[in-house]
Amino acid sequence: MSDLNLSCPTPLARYPAVVMAHGGGGRLMRDLIEGVFVRAFGSPRDAALHDAASLDPAGTAPHGLAFTTDAYVVRPLFFPGGNIGELAIYGTANDLAMAGARPRWMSAAFVLEEGLSIATLLRVVEAMRKAASDVGVEVVTGDTKVVERGRCDGMYITTSGVGVLSHDLPIGPAAVCQGDAVLVSGDVGRHGIAVMAEREGFQFGTTIQSDCAPLCAPVLDLVTGGIEVHCLRDLTRGGLASALVEIAEAARVTVAFQDQSVPVDQAVRGACELLGFDPLHVANEGRFVAFVPEPQSELALSLLRRHPVSAGAVQIGTVRATGEGIVLAETIGGERPLDMLSGELLPRIC
Amino acid sequence: MKFVEEYRRPDEVRSVARALASVARSSWTIMEVCGGQTHAIIRFGLDQLLPPQVTLVHGPGCPVCVTPIELIDRAIAVARERNVIFCSFGDMLRVPGSSADLMAARAAGADVRIVYSPLDAVEIARANPAKEIVFFAVGFETTAPANAGAVQIARARGITNFTVLVSHVLVPPAIRAIMDAPDSAVNAFLAAGHVCTVTGYEEYEELADRYHMPIVVAGFEPLDIMLAMLACVEALEGGEVGVQNRYARSVRREGNPPAMQAVSNVFETTDRKWRGIGMIPGSGLALRPEYADFDAERRFGVSDILAEESMVCMSGKVLQGLIRPTQCPAFGTQCTPENPLGATMVSSEGACSAYYRYRRVQVRPGS
Amino acid sequence: MCLAIPGRVLRIADAPEGQTPSPLSRTGVVDFGGVEKQVNLAYVPEAHVGDYVIVHVGFAISTMDESEANQVFTYLRQIEDAAMESSAGT
Repeated sequence: MSDLNLSCPTPLARYPAVVMAHGGGGRLMRDLIEGVFVRAFGSPRDAALHDAASLDPAGTAPHGLAFTTDAYVVRPLFFPGGNIGELAIYGTANDLAMAGARPRWMSAAFVLEEGLSIATLLRVVEAMRKAASDVGVEVVTGDTKVVERGRCDGMYITTSGVGVLSHDLPIGPAAVCQGDAVLVSGDVGRHGIAVMAEREGFQFGTTIQSDCAPLCAPVLDLVTGGIEVHCLRDLTRGGLASALVEIAEAARVTVAFQDQSVPVDQAVRGACELLGFDPLHVANEGRFVAFVPEPQSELALSLLRRHPVSAGAVQIGTVRATGEGIVLAETIGGERPLDMLSGELLPRIC
Repeated sequence: MKFVEEYRRPDEVRSVARALASVARSSWTIMEVCGGQTHAIIRFGLDQLLPPQVTLVHGPGCPVCVTPIELIDRAIAVARERNVIFCSFGDMLRVPGSSADLMAARAAGADVRIVYSPLDAVEIARANPAKEIVFFAVGFETTAPANAGAVQIARARGITNFTVLVSHVLVPPAIRAIMDAPDSAVNAFLAAGHVCTVTGYEEYEELADRYHMPIVVAGFEPLDIMLAMLACVEALEGGEVGVQNRYARSVRREGNPPAMQAVSNVFETTDRKWRGIGMIPGSGLALRPEYADFDAERRFGVSDILAEESMVCMSGKVLQGLIRPTQCPAFGTQCTPENPLGATMVSSEGACSAYYRYRRVQVRPGS
Repeated sequence: MCLAIPGRVLRIADAPEGQTPSPLSRTGVVDFGGVEKQVNLAYVPEAHVGDYVIVHVGFAISTMDESEANQVFTYLRQIEDAAMESSAGT
């Protein structure tokens, strides 16, 4: 039993930074797991540290389960409005939410860079504990590896999540119909600008905060509120444009939206103009699009607006036709087809 | 955003389009030579507002597109040096050289960093005295004062581990080259508003006279561009020759004298090769001898790197407005933004990339 | 080459903090719709706090002429009036 006490909560104070031996499978690794991860997430239910956690022995998922995984490699680890730990929990929880599932259990696998300060690790894990508690998720299993200095940017986290479906709606591109309303849950572009500003050292006097946040509550509200949700997608890398194009191509529908109706915060717009970015291509972490039947769009918006994270929800367009999978942006001179980013978003001078 | 959004109101832009349609009687071809204007035109669909008689062609207005291929190769060679931090504007990272681009060099271990301003590169040099910092000084006349300023500031601060790899180009010689080409069909030009903010437009008056055409200095917002197009067509219909300034909120006839002074302190005119077009005399800038110690080509000995262009790529003809991107056999097939053969497909202002991104859906292969 | 946007000058100094002033070191903080950035003002010696400047890659290249900025709308009004007159006359 490691000696945890109030004045020095971690027995790892001997090693203020991660060393290769922390990944060695021996006593030091055991100390790290108990002192950092178990302390934050609680003991695995079976009390002994098994290789796997068993889920749902009482069979409380009559509509089935949803399962997802994601790796988080953001740099820097801490950025205005969030950090890698929060991202790792919220991001995976949001993927489950996009299936209309209530997130229940997660795994967390850590790849730690030799030299990472334990204090930093504790901060990240504490953020994860809090985020997991926010979302109502238990982190029940995990893994720890250590790599040599220089091989990962401080740490990488992979979380897999299992959620319980509480409905029978076939939420996905196949359910999208002609006439559907296209809703976005709030203003776009915050996360990408916040992270880039921090990483590249662009000094923005007004700090733009990432929108990193859990989306489970508004989504579950839609489902339980009787909205026949056809499709959901959270906006991550590639921005709103990628999400719309992916859905349009998968569903083989024409999505038409008004450029001017997409909400963008003034400061985010200023930063985008400065750097030459199109806000439609910038990453988000706490926003999603929803495709719902047109007659239900007003109700859906009012349900969404009850939650702070989706208080700015608006309708931006409709599914105009079926057959061809394209997205049309209505702009001043007419319509132009919208495409995804080809690669990375790069600041430009032209 | 003030002085931006007011010039984007759809109703106003469309009413100018209507006026333009009623004025245009004959067929006219107008060329713009500014990547930023290309971008705005495509993004806001402004070319769709033009009447059929008026054709807008995109000229060699993107400095990224016209940077000679050997300069990309030299940049990569410098970036690969162990002790170098290579700084560049984002646009340049995916421009294909002979066998690689700067992004691939970064993936292979070169320290390549994107900066917003040349001053950021100077700051990196100050903060990393043991390293050599090289800045890729690309651009038209708009960017020359910033690059000249960075060099002078580095000198004033005693920063000696900073050099620039220069690839500056000038607009008026390009206009001359386009108008002197035997198959040129251009009737008028929109002049780039931010280039003229720096240089003024006296030199364009001479061009307008020489080629008996109107030249209208244009801004970058939808209303600015449409008003400039209207002025241009009115002048063409009326047989008027000369320069009109439709971006007077930023452009004065004499330009920006202190900025021009900084440029002439640090740079001198030189002959320069334009990718896809060839050598245009007096169309570039090079460091003056007194600033030779800021010359990256000299410091790293890469001046003798020469290169071959793709045989398939037709960027040159596109840049001169002689063909549309869709008329190139490789467009959308061999050559896409993911696998670009030439710079016009890489830069977001390159005509090929703009066409691919925004027009691809209307143009099927074979049409 | 072309990406330059207008912003309002909030503060001006002879040089960035910690640097000795030199001929090209005049600097300021400019506000772009809520985002503030340090900008070199060496090429706009006439610009004051409160003026709008056009900024390209960290350098201000001109001071916005606000009366010309408004002239655009006067010209626009003339065009719209002319269009109305000619359609009324048909």
